[in-house]
Amino acid sequence: MLIGGHSISRRSVIGAGLAGAGLLALGGCAGGERKATPKKGGSIRVATQAASTADTLDPAKGALATDYTRHFMLYNGLTCIEDESLVPRPSLAKSIDSADRITWHFELERGVRFHDGSELTAQDVVFSLLRHKDPAVGSKMETIAAQFADVRSDGRYGVTIRLTGANADLPTILAQSHFLVVRAGQNAPDGNGTGAFRLAEFQPGVRTVVVRNEEYWIPGRPHLERVELIAIPDEVSRVNALLSGDIQLCNAINPRSTRRIEADPRYATMATPSALFTDLIMRQDQLPTGNPDFVQAVKLMIDRPLIKRALFRNYATIANDQPIAPFQPYFNPDVPQTVLDLDKARWHIQRSGLTGVRMPIFAATAAEGSVDMASILQEYGSKVGLNFAVNRVPADGYWSTHWMRHPMTFGNCNPRPTADLIFSLFFDSKANWNESGWKNERSDRLLIEARGEADEARRAELYGEMQRIVHDKCGVAIPVFISLLDGHDRRLKGLVPVPLGAFMGYRFAEYAWWED
Amino acid sequence: MAAPAKTQSSLAKLAPLIIRRVLSSLLTLFLVSLVIFTVSGLLPGDAAQEVLGQSATAEQVAALRHDMGLDRPAHVRYVAWLGGIVRGDPGMSYVANMPVSQIISDRLPNSLTLAAITAVISTVLALIIGISSAINRGGRLDSALNVTTLSLVAMPEFLIATLGVLIFSVKLLWLPSIALVTPEASWSAMLRSMALPVFSLTCVVVAQMARMTRAAVADQLDRPYVEMAKLKGVPFSRIVLFHVMPNAVGPVVNAMALSLSYLMGGAIIVETIFNFPGLASLMVNAVTSRDMPLLQSCAMIFCATYLALMLVADIVAILANPRLRA
Repeated sequence: MLIGGHSISRRSVIGAGLAGAGLLALGGCAGGERKATPKKGGSIRVATQAASTADTLDPAKGALATDYTRHFMLYNGLTCIEDESLVPRPSLAKSIDSADRITWHFELERGVRFHDGSELTAQDVVFSLLRHKDPAVGSKMETIAAQFADVRSDGRYGVTIRLTGANADLPTILAQSHFLVVRAGQNAPDGNGTGAFRLAEFQPGVRTVVVRNEEYWIPGRPHLERVELIAIPDEVSRVNALLSGDIQLCNAINPRSTRRIEADPRYATMATPSALFTDLIMRQDQLPTGNPDFVQAVKLMIDRPLIKRALFRNYATIANDQPIAPFQPYFNPDVPQTVLDLDKARWHIQRSGLTGVRMPIFAATAAEGSVDMASILQEYGSKVGLNFAVNRVPADGYWSTHWMRHPMTFGNCNPRPTADLIFSLFFDSKANWNESGWKNERSDRLLIEARGEADEARRAELYGEMQRIVHDKCGVAIPVFISLLDGHDRRLKGLVPVPLGAFMGYRFAEYAWWED
Repeated sequence: MAAPAKTQSSLAKLAPLIIRRVLSSLLTLFLVSLVIFTVSGLLPGDAAQEVLGQSATAEQVAALRHDMGLDRPAHVRYVAWLGGIVRGDPGMSYVANMPVSQIISDRLPNSLTLAAITAVISTVLALIIGISSAINRGGRLDSALNVTTLSLVAMPEFLIATLGVLIFSVKLLWLPSIALVTPEASWSAMLRSMALPVFSLTCVVVAQMARMTRAAVADQLDRPYVEMAKLKGVPFSRIVLFHVMPNAVGPVVNAMALSLSYLMGGAIIVETIFNFPGLASLMVNAVTSRDMPLLQSCAMIFCATYLALMLVADIVAILANPRLRA
């Protein structure tokens, strides 16, 4: 298996690499190719929804959209994901190959320079990857980095990673902002990366200012002259700032604000379909939620189109009680869609002998939309003989005091870059966040088999079966996948949705340009 | 020669009072720090857990806790912090990995500028509104000012701020909707970006100060000495400014000190709406990230400001009213 090769332009490297890859089933033409010609110049201000004194220049510690966006402007990773296909492309690594998906070899681009002028070598990559294993660093990826059995340099421009077990998703994992490459020896990275922008000013909790890196190693990028990144936590203020021209791009727009933005011809919204979901958890180790008929009845009682329309103004994708969204790799379209069917639900409730039972549901604004979802469920519950009580609890402390601790609570799950991550974090019997506490040996075995499977078709089959099992048996109901909404000035061009997150998967700065 | 000697003696009489007040302020600060330390210790989770987030393993949390020194007993941490603050070093922020003094020195000037501009504008406005409505008691001007100030008191600041943004930023495009305080910005740009925050805060504090001024002045105007002065033929403006005001100044200055101390720590809603990088939002940040040294330092600043303003208010009241000096 090989991604990349030798060629003159980077773009053709990617294209050629993909053609010969085989690994990347969805691979097509080169990403990042835009129809219009980008213009150079322009200074924009971007606002995210959260910033604090915990803001960091250390990719390993990135925790929020603001951090991810900042890190992607300053640093590069070995790989990157740059379009809606979610296929990892080579970045600092110009070729990636592995025979057994345990030992991986990365060949680095030559002549790439850090902002301080020093050249990128294998030492920097080894340092950047190994620091995640050091508890003192406090990396967000420490558990994932635990699978790096060994990372060493192989000559000046070669890096070899040996994993503890086969994992075909390594290129995708390395495309996350946490694994961006910093200069060797920097225990507290200060923004000196190989990225498209140089750091001009950084004040945690206030602002980050970056200016174009004139010597960026990818020719013709970036287009913007200067980007100022701030945070406006209040949604109404964020939209107002956009409409008054104080900022040119922002994320986390409420669906209700889209009309205000679209009403003005100078501004637009960009909806990014994402695998973010809020799920209703039915604990399998408690009663009556552990009763399969109860779980089935609740799944049949969810009015998905209503939730999509009323709660999210259609900025959502109908889900099917399993975590892989239709636009993601390995989605299984053959799992029958569960629809609202009160007669069937009533039948299940009667069979389980639970008619008339009073059940509290715990909801909080911490899990987006959960309070309204619970109210809708309460309404339908009364029609089939279930008496749901909606317990609305405070958002602060919800995750530590309520989540997964009552028979019925709501969870909220951010998009993860691979199917493997989402299944291993939330649906493995032994996972810390096995929300419903279900146990399914078959699913656990498929998970491990799929992780090391080289054949893409076979892999899709394995993930397909897991989706079916979760849909049929797991005590988790996933009504919809929630789209992410960005608002932007129409003069900011080149933005396309990348389903990993807001702002083109937090990497807009590398592609966007300004047109007066 | 008599006048200076008299001032000197009155100042000399004030000195023990000031010393006593400063000492009791220090005691108050100490108690406040103790209360904040205890109460924030009751919050679920600590800085190590907050930094590492949901995905943290027990070992990671333990390692970070050790680095931060959170594994020491609470009283040891408190004494260490107290020792630092006495020496003038508020310590290192757990979360930002920067000295607390540096974080605060970035934010404090912003808060002070906002508070100072608002204070000047609102004090002048409040005095004008208060005095003119007191001398026109029962008149049309009085009723109009009464209705205005009472509606301002009743209106929450987020409403005023949001309406201000909708009208002046979104519709008219006159003023920026967020306060962008940059060190390199010119004075005019800074004033422009502060216009809406100052406007909202002024609406909040001016009403109360004006009401207090009106009440105090009106109360004095009913006194026999005012009637006496009128009968003597003293011009009315002179009566108000030189006879009534010195007597009314005590409660007025007190109300002002209360309102102004609010500007330092209580501006959180305005700071949120305008994204103003001030101290109040820094403190809220410190609470959510359980950053104890930062939280303690912010609390100390707010408390000290409040105590200092109260002290100044009392001194002004005493200096203005000889009867209080007895």
